[in-house]
Amino acid sequence: MSSTTNPPTHHTSTIGAIGAPSRRNTELALLVFAVVIPVFAYANVGLAIHDEVPAGLLGYGLGLGLLAGVGHLAVRKFAPYADPLLLPLATLLNGLGLVAIWRLDQSKLLQQIGQAGGKATNQLIYTAMGIALFIAVLIFLKDHRTLQRYTYISMAGALFLLLLPLVPGLGADITYGAKIWIQIGSFTIQPGEFAKIVLAVFFAGYLMVKRDALALASRRFMGLYLPRGRDLGPIIVVWIISILILVFETDLGTSLLFFGMFVIMLYVATERTSWIVFGLLMSAAGAVGVARFEPHVKTRVQAWLDPMREYTLSRTPNGDGLVHSEQAMQALWAFGSGGTLGAGWGQGHSELIRFAANSDFILATFGEELGLAGIMAILLIYGLIVERGVRTALAARDPFGKLLAVGLSGAFALQVFVVAGGVMGLIPLTGMTMPFLAYGGSSVIANWALIGVLIRISDTARRPAPAPAPNPDAEMTQVVRPS
Amino acid sequence: MNKPLRRIAIFCGLLVLALLIRDNWLQYVKADTLREDPDNRRVLIARYATPRGDIIVGGNPITGHTETTSGDFKFKRTYKNGAMWAPVTGFVSQAYGANQLESIQDGILSGTDDRLFFRNTLDMITGKEKEGGNVVTTLNAAAQKAAYDGLKKQGGKGAVAAIEPSTGKILALASFPSYDPSTIAGGGDSDAAAWKKLDKKNNPDDPMLNRALREVYPPGSTFKVVTAAAALENGLYTTADEKTKSPDPWVMEGTTTKLPNEGNIPCENATLRVALQYSCNTVFGKIGSDLGNDKMLEEAKKFGFTEEQFTPTRTSASVFSDDMNPSQTALSSIGQFNTAATPLQMAMVASAVANNGTLMKPYMVDELQTHNLDALEKTDPEELSQPLTPENAQILQSMMETVVEDGTGKNARIPNVKVGGKTGTAQHGVENSENPYAWFISYAKLSDNSSPVAVAVVVEDDNAVRDDISGGGLAAPIAKSVMEAVIDSKK
Repeated sequence: MSSTTNPPTHHTSTIGAIGAPSRRNTELALLVFAVVIPVFAYANVGLAIHDEVPAGLLGYGLGLGLLAGVGHLAVRKFAPYADPLLLPLATLLNGLGLVAIWRLDQSKLLQQIGQAGGKATNQLIYTAMGIALFIAVLIFLKDHRTLQRYTYISMAGALFLLLLPLVPGLGADITYGAKIWIQIGSFTIQPGEFAKIVLAVFFAGYLMVKRDALALASRRFMGLYLPRGRDLGPIIVVWIISILILVFETDLGTSLLFFGMFVIMLYVATERTSWIVFGLLMSAAGAVGVARFEPHVKTRVQAWLDPMREYTLSRTPNGDGLVHSEQAMQALWAFGSGGTLGAGWGQGHSELIRFAANSDFILATFGEELGLAGIMAILLIYGLIVERGVRTALAARDPFGKLLAVGLSGAFALQVFVVAGGVMGLIPLTGMTMPFLAYGGSSVIANWALIGVLIRISDTARRPAPAPAPNPDAEMTQVVRPS
Repeated sequence: MNKPLRRIAIFCGLLVLALLIRDNWLQYVKADTLREDPDNRRVLIARYATPRGDIIVGGNPITGHTETTSGDFKFKRTYKNGAMWAPVTGFVSQAYGANQLESIQDGILSGTDDRLFFRNTLDMITGKEKEGGNVVTTLNAAAQKAAYDGLKKQGGKGAVAAIEPSTGKILALASFPSYDPSTIAGGGDSDAAAWKKLDKKNNPDDPMLNRALREVYPPGSTFKVVTAAAALENGLYTTADEKTKSPDPWVMEGTTTKLPNEGNIPCENATLRVALQYSCNTVFGKIGSDLGNDKMLEEAKKFGFTEEQFTPTRTSASVFSDDMNPSQTALSSIGQFNTAATPLQMAMVASAVANNGTLMKPYMVDELQTHNLDALEKTDPEELSQPLTPENAQILQSMMETVVEDGTGKNARIPNVKVGGKTGTAQHGVENSENPYAWFISYAKLSDNSSPVAVAVVVEDDNAVRDDISGGGLAAPIAKSVMEAVIDSKK
């Protein structure tokens, strides 16, 4: 009876405006876990190695908590409708990575060879810089669609970043083989990490404009839509760039990453399966061809096929002029020795990997000390970040946002796959870092920026549509009441 | 655009799934293989992470451990009087593995043996550190010291093996020159330098060779004890004091070569007792020739020849050839030609005679213990063979006792103790150009007719004047001091 006596006070079309929850409190609750778990892990390492709660525990806990809190407040203020999972998941990984780096800092062996000692403090500073960039993205990038304007500038920027390591005097050959670093003063930077984001912006902008031409102007042949010759241009250009990266920077990972990202975005833009087929064929041809002729890549492939042989060769100088590395086998031993439940924080011997134990190979430390259970959890966290990214792409209302979100998420997924697969011996090793876990400023800062862009897109996507302009007629019908 | 997006979502999911499957394969299916891979340094790290158990002689450990400060191996083996005990312990090194007893009983000493599983689990629950078990040996510290000091005083290469005849317990096992395993126990530069110095290539003395067990020497005249046993056992002669049919000079069958005796000694038709007393080559050569290759080989095998012994440290097999012609058999029967024996083998010969004809299996591990001294396994004495009947053994004993009382072995006489022995001087090298080996084998018998010790000594002395070398002169005094040490420790 009352329903008939109390007419609805709102028009049905405006319900969306008040219904969508922002989920900011969910994010805050998850962030508490994302900070507390690494703090416990940190205490655990100290107890296992030095039999005492580490002195830096309070500082570390407060530091990580503060960074997470500031990040959260920035999201609350500048992207209130953002996906609530991305920030806590990234914080958790970043925190666990800090713990693992600090744990490897305690290794005498790694200290002797200059691979450890004070790296955790550096990483905390990099994390702070990463969060700062993350907040800057949220503040200054009010709408991701503004990036569309910089499509071709992005292309030039990405190429510039990618070629930097080849500039004489700038390139730093600090890793065996891969030339993906530049050195400025005492800092080393991996421009490829930043190029990943800039390149995604270019691809998204370019494909948004060209997608109809690429999708529709094609012939059907044997069930596949073959693109026209001139439309093949861009993919061939990107393919050549990837191969050049591979040849001149001898970096299989980055090359695979960029090409894979482009194919994913091309497929999403055109909805044509043929692109996937072309992409796979071209990357396979490129990888096999280069692997055959480039000695550095060749040894990586050999190390993948028979890690034990590489281990033996690394121990016995045979003068074949190639750098043989025991790392692949050492990483496998670390994983195997961890077993199902792991040795426990601080109780493994992953320092035996020596070089890059806390960066490219950091997953092996997790594998040994947290076991199968820990690695599965970490992989699932990465999976969740990727799927939240793709979810953001699905929810995005504009094609540019969709493409950018799926490009960044896809690149992130490929990077995780290439690094984790390499360390675990599923595919040949490449010189890339595990996002958020690994030691390295470029990686942490660039990935926080990536999360920032995804959060910006998801905020736009989940933001309630603006209330429609008041309809004078509707107003009338409400005001007029039977007397 | 949403349909390809959903497919990309699935694709990314598949990438993660592939990683998960790979990880399960790596950390579950292959985990044990990788964890226990001998090249995986963690195996060694775990091995040196806990204090290693000790090797014990007469209630006192002859090994120990120390905590290292450098490197990733926590504990390092130490040895007390390592050079003296090296033939017993072998070595265990962080860099170079282990050998002999340290290697054979590694499971017990390092605590990884299955028999220690229950206790280790208990320790883990109660929060105690895992510790290795102990290996209790049969050795006699005083006898070992007498043997090693005797060899060291002599200065040449040599070895001593002593056995308790009634049980087969090894009482002494010395080799000279020796090495201190402590110097190579670690993994550092000094250990590497010491290891390089010990290498046979750089050190012609080969100090790491366990001469008591692993080197075979021509036994020379000491082998005549085996030949005498064969003569008695095969009924060729039945007493010690009947005349043998032995012309002197004796031309070896099938040749025109006379077998010479050393010096002007009464060997023509000599009794076995006199022949052993003066060490007549003609008498024993002819016995070997008369009995033939097969019967000699059979008797030698009964004493343990041609077989490796596992004490548990493996010995080399001593040699007595088959398929020899009569003259070769004759030479072999006086311990020349191909015949070769380890010092332990010749101690076994003396011990079988002393033990009334029964040869006991030689062993040096008496008991395996957990670290808190509970017994895991005890070795029981085991009969290996019966090379002599008790009667014949007693005949041979009386002959060997004559050797010490009135013959070549006078230097081994001990007041109030019956000692039986046999000297030997074995020639070797091309045309016997090299210094001979001086041998002495003997046993002691107490007033109650029990025999506490049988011993074999071999000394090779490059510095001695050739004529001086005779078993009686160089080797018998060492054998005497070893026997005295054992008898004294029984009191």
